[in-house]
Amino acid sequence: MADEMMEEGGTIKKFMYLNRKAPYGTVYALESLEVVLIGAAFEQDVSLVFMDDGVYQIKKDQDTAGTEMKNFSKTYRALEMYDVEKLYVEKESMETRGLTEEDFLVDVEVLTSEQIQDLMEDQDVLLSF
Amino acid sequence: MKFGIQINEGPYTHQASDTAYQFTKAALENGHEVMRVFFYHDGVNNGTRLTTPPQDDRNVVNRWVDLAEKHDLDLVICVAAAQRRGLVDEDEMKRNSKDAHNIAPRFRISGLGQLIEAGIQCERLVVFGD
Repeated sequence: MADEMMEEGGTIKKFMYLNRKAPYGTVYALESLEVVLIGAAFEQDVSLVFMDDGVYQIKKDQDTAGTEMKNFSKTYRALEMYDVEKLYVEKESMETRGLTEEDFLVDVEVLTSEQIQDLMEDQDVLLSF
Repeated sequence: MKFGIQINEGPYTHQASDTAYQFTKAALENGHEVMRVFFYHDGVNNGTRLTTPPQDDRNVVNRWVDLAEKHDLDLVICVAAAQRRGLVDEDEMKRNSKDAHNIAPRFRISGLGQLIEAGIQCERLVVFGD
């Protein structure tokens, strides 16, 4: 990997953000999204994976009024404008929770756990939230 | 090897900072480079100089400060995460009209770009947390 390092500015690495936690209850999902948005300015090869309870982060029709939490789910729709377009959902996590592709507020590619593993193998930087 | 370190959990509640410290120390002592330690989520709380643990316990914050002094480590606290949790340096105090600051020496507050930059420049970015 070091050999491939070019001068700063010219380096493009594969960044994968692993979103594993429910959108509310802890701050991880929100602060992960903040990293993705800031990171987009660096023009790296970015992909997002939603797995475990993280699949709920992109569930349609979130309503947080009763808990007074900030509903940030619409921000996922803006990712496209930041050229973050590789969104993956782990099939097993989705199905275990009774969800289908229709339940998500963004277009995703559903991959099996094994396919996600292969994708992980291929990354330079894995950020797990 | 050139490492970047990310710490996602606060001191004393979670072992992440302890493990990251031991890892960083071992890496440096074995001749590796640690380009940056980035504190995120509750990890920002590792950088308050107001921490006062019982005397018979380790001082997580001072340990980082000492390690940074010895090896000229770059300890960076995420500004967005810090603002939410009340971690403040002198500039932030003035900028947000607060009446105090609490950042430990050797730590600095900066943006998330510093984390991405570490990911780009380091051969390994190692994340400590859940």
